Amino acid sequence: MNGIDLTLRTLHRGERRLAHELVAVGERHATEHEVHHVAADLARWSREHVRRLAETAAERGVKLGEPPEHSADGVFATLRKKASEAFGHRPEPGLLLLRDLRELHVAAAENSLHWEMLAQAAQASKDSGLLTLASACHPQTLRQMRWTNTMIKNLSPQILTSL
Amino acid sequence: MEDATDRIARPWGARVPYGRHETWPARVDTYLADGVEPGSVQRWVQSASILHSDGDAMDIAVADGRMVGVRGRDVDRVNRGRLGPKDLFGWQANASRDRLTRPLVRRSGQLVETDWDTAMDLVAARSRELLDSRGPGSIGFYTSGQLFLEEYYTLTVLARAGIGTNHLDGNTRLCTATAAEALKETFGCDGQPGSYDDFDHADVVALFGHNIAETQPVQWMRLLDRLEGADPPRLLCVDPRPTRVAEHAAVHLAPRSGTNVALLNALLHETIRHERIDRDFIAAHTVGFEELAARVADCTPKWAAEICDVPAARIEEAAELVGTADALVSTVLQGVYQSHQATAAAVQVNNLHLIRGMLGRPGAGLLQMNGQPTAQNTRECGANGDLPGFRNWQNDAHVADLARVWNVEPETVPHFAPPTHAMQIFRYAEQGSLRMLWISGTNPAVSMPELSRMRSILSQERLFTVVQDLYLTETAQLADVVLPAATWGEKTGALTNADRTVHLSCKAVEPPGEARPDLDIFLDYARRMDFRDKDGGPLITWDDPESAFEAWKRCSAGRPCDYTGLSYAKLRDTSGIQWPCDDRAPEGTARLYTDGISWAGPDMCESYGKDLETGASQEVVEYRSLNPDGRAMLKAAAYLPPHEEPDEEYPFRLTTGRTLYHFHTRTKTGRAPQLNDAAPDVWVEVSAADAERLGLGEGDLVEVTSRRGRLRGRLRVSGIRTGLLFVPFHYGYWDTDGGSGPGPDTPGRAANETTITDWDPASKQPLFKTATAALTLVERGDGRPSPAPTTTASAPVAAGSVPPTAGGPAARTTQQEPTGFPHGHEEGAR
Repeated sequence: MNGIDLTLRTLHRGERRLAHELVAVGERHATEHEVHHVAADLARWSREHVRRLAETAAERGVKLGEPPEHSADGVFATLRKKASEAFGHRPEPGLLLLRDLRELHVAAAENSLHWEMLAQAAQASKDSGLLTLASACHPQTLRQMRWTNTMIKNLSPQILTSL
Repeated sequence: MEDATDRIARPWGARVPYGRHETWPARVDTYLADGVEPGSVQRWVQSASILHSDGDAMDIAVADGRMVGVRGRDVDRVNRGRLGPKDLFGWQANASRDRLTRPLVRRSGQLVETDWDTAMDLVAARSRELLDSRGPGSIGFYTSGQLFLEEYYTLTVLARAGIGTNHLDGNTRLCTATAAEALKETFGCDGQPGSYDDFDHADVVALFGHNIAETQPVQWMRLLDRLEGADPPRLLCVDPRPTRVAEHAAVHLAPRSGTNVALLNALLHETIRHERIDRDFIAAHTVGFEELAARVADCTPKWAAEICDVPAARIEEAAELVGTADALVSTVLQGVYQSHQATAAAVQVNNLHLIRGMLGRPGAGLLQMNGQPTAQNTRECGANGDLPGFRNWQNDAHVADLARVWNVEPETVPHFAPPTHAMQIFRYAEQGSLRMLWISGTNPAVSMPELSRMRSILSQERLFTVVQDLYLTETAQLADVVLPAATWGEKTGALTNADRTVHLSCKAVEPPGEARPDLDIFLDYARRMDFRDKDGGPLITWDDPESAFEAWKRCSAGRPCDYTGLSYAKLRDTSGIQWPCDDRAPEGTARLYTDGISWAGPDMCESYGKDLETGASQEVVEYRSLNPDGRAMLKAAAYLPPHEEPDEEYPFRLTTGRTLYHFHTRTKTGRAPQLNDAAPDVWVEVSAADAERLGLGEGDLVEVTSRRGRLRGRLRVSGIRTGLLFVPFHYGYWDTDGGSGPGPDTPGRAANETTITDWDPASKQPLFKTATAALTLVERGDGRPSPAPTTTASAPVAAGSVPPTAGGPAARTTQQEPTGFPHGHEEGAR
């Protein structure tokens, strides 16, 4: 396995994780409606990235898995939602929300750096297919980061000054 | 031509046909209360309507200190003397017996009458206590789209610089936030590009989710008059209901709810593919064309047809209509603004105009509409989640300029984050960090989504709620302090309609009891709080409407919404004037962007923009690199599926909306007999195919259920899109036994029992058009029809199956040619 394959594999794992975490955070903060809905939209992008990464890897003879199947009706999903509703009238989950948004941001930033590496390696090896993949997906990863950053910027003044 | 027309049965009155490029002929509509002869009217007092966003200019008839009727002002270019049914009859609600006449405070769980000093001292004391113990972020203000400019501006100054809170927004969040955001995204700054006069010149008028016949009935009269005149325009109607507009349209598309972006991308695709674009305009005035073209390259009519469930051939026809017009007017309203991907879709309409070069000349008019009469003022005065005068909260120079106007330090004005939008203000109240909420002129216990949640927020013990209104609304019943307000006709102020026309509305009669103008209430609060500027002088230096207007002029100076060329005297003498109005344009400005894009430069723009799909904010550095020369920005957006899809349990899509005869939560129109009788109770619209499949018929009592709640209404089988239900949003509980909400003997009645808490990530406008729901029979009808009007989009599918809506003698009004009678300002209407 060469460095590109290794990066594909790492990024594939990172996007899978981000897709899963975006959905989980959305469920954990079901009473924060914007986070709840937009996180689910953003998870679609990561799932699509996983699919495309797996496709590209397969062409290179590397087998990577499918995107996570996330059923919103799973036991854990229901638990997360119920817990969120139970604490919907409390300010403390705000801190948890900021922590979760920070973790999403860091996870997206890691993916972003891996996309950067992949794009650089694609150029060095004149692999146009790989470059197309990175150029198509990386902007969405940057948008995921911008979203978490915006949410943190907008929410933290109220959350941190009201406890 | 004088006659007496039942304006409930014939809401748009008689036609006065006129040809393209001609001036719309005047027709003066008058309604005087039963028994009042024209000769007995002692004064006609100048005003304009506050029951929709059209800004219909009218005079109020006064006799013996009472309002006795209204008459349209033929001198005004907005309505040329015409009035809609709400204008004609709505004023009667002012004299309703159940007006609030004294302040109320909650003692031992009950609201009891008190005096102003006690009520206001309580509000001020709680404010001070919260400022000391929890800081300014614990106090929030939720205002309206129905007060006057002077009131919003005063509220903005006291909230943003007095209290120093970021939590001030209007219910305009529900009606017009997407219009403002779409304009900011495309033009860098808010400001309606077009004018209603563009209707006189257009050869194609495209209405996107805009049932103009019911929301701005007077502009619909203008279109009807043009349709009957020489060289009439052709209409494109995008609406899932069989509206009057659809009936007159050359092409009617009824797409699946929540798919506007897909449809608009297909229209853009076709426009570009057929080269129906203005390359010179694009090169001179826009950035982003290549990316837009690339992003819609695959959005074929066939692709969109699948998503929207509209035949591809119809989409091609629509594209041809808008693509071959030589003067295109487009209007956009709630079918876009309150639907999934609201801003992304509204921006695509802007894009259509830009790539076709349809901007800044007669007939090439882009109208991102407003829902409410004074929503434009909420926006420009900074009471709608923006800084006053379209200043940019992310631009330190703009904040410093605002601080200079207010004579405060820049850090006094919160600008570390965007002003908090209404949905988030309520969320902060829900999680407990916001402890005082002052609600003025709006009724969230009926108008917000997911009402069981709203009621649980508003009735929290720990939340101190102040409600300022005319009546004991559903929201007021849950308040801790209720302040009785004066309204239109009982106070003076300016208001600006959806095409930037500023009108003056003068006081005609005294308010009832101890009710006070909203302005006086805010000024009283500011005095009690002793808000100071940085030199220790009073923060608020004005004390009546005219001095407040003068203060606002100073704040608007040099801004896009420049009012410096206006004054009360000038508005009295000339009727409506469109801003900007300054020394360069003393008669006002019909159209923006007649000479290029003026407010999109990085140092001038109101907003650096947002990601249309995620709502993430852009920073100045990105903006500078994207748009260094301040051009219009062509922003593409990908279609995303709605967040809730119909399933086995909730197989229908549910959309809510307005009917011609009512406004908002019916607080006024439900108290005007002709309007109330025209649509006295809630109903549910279903298509004939769905009704037949479920064995349901006209007048059956049905229940609409969603994941959030349920409501009951009588069924109207209409020509609505199959798979879709419509419920009007006007009905609440003040006229039921439930009072503020459903009770043991009061089933759900408000549409918002069922709607979803979800909002557009860019404009933060809640989505009322994309919930899912189930429909079940409660009991068979007893032969009586549904209370839905037959004159509107709610008409029964089988014509003649239901008695037609009529107002009878009580709704007779006169329509006459203007005869040179004196208008309000000529008769000492002060």
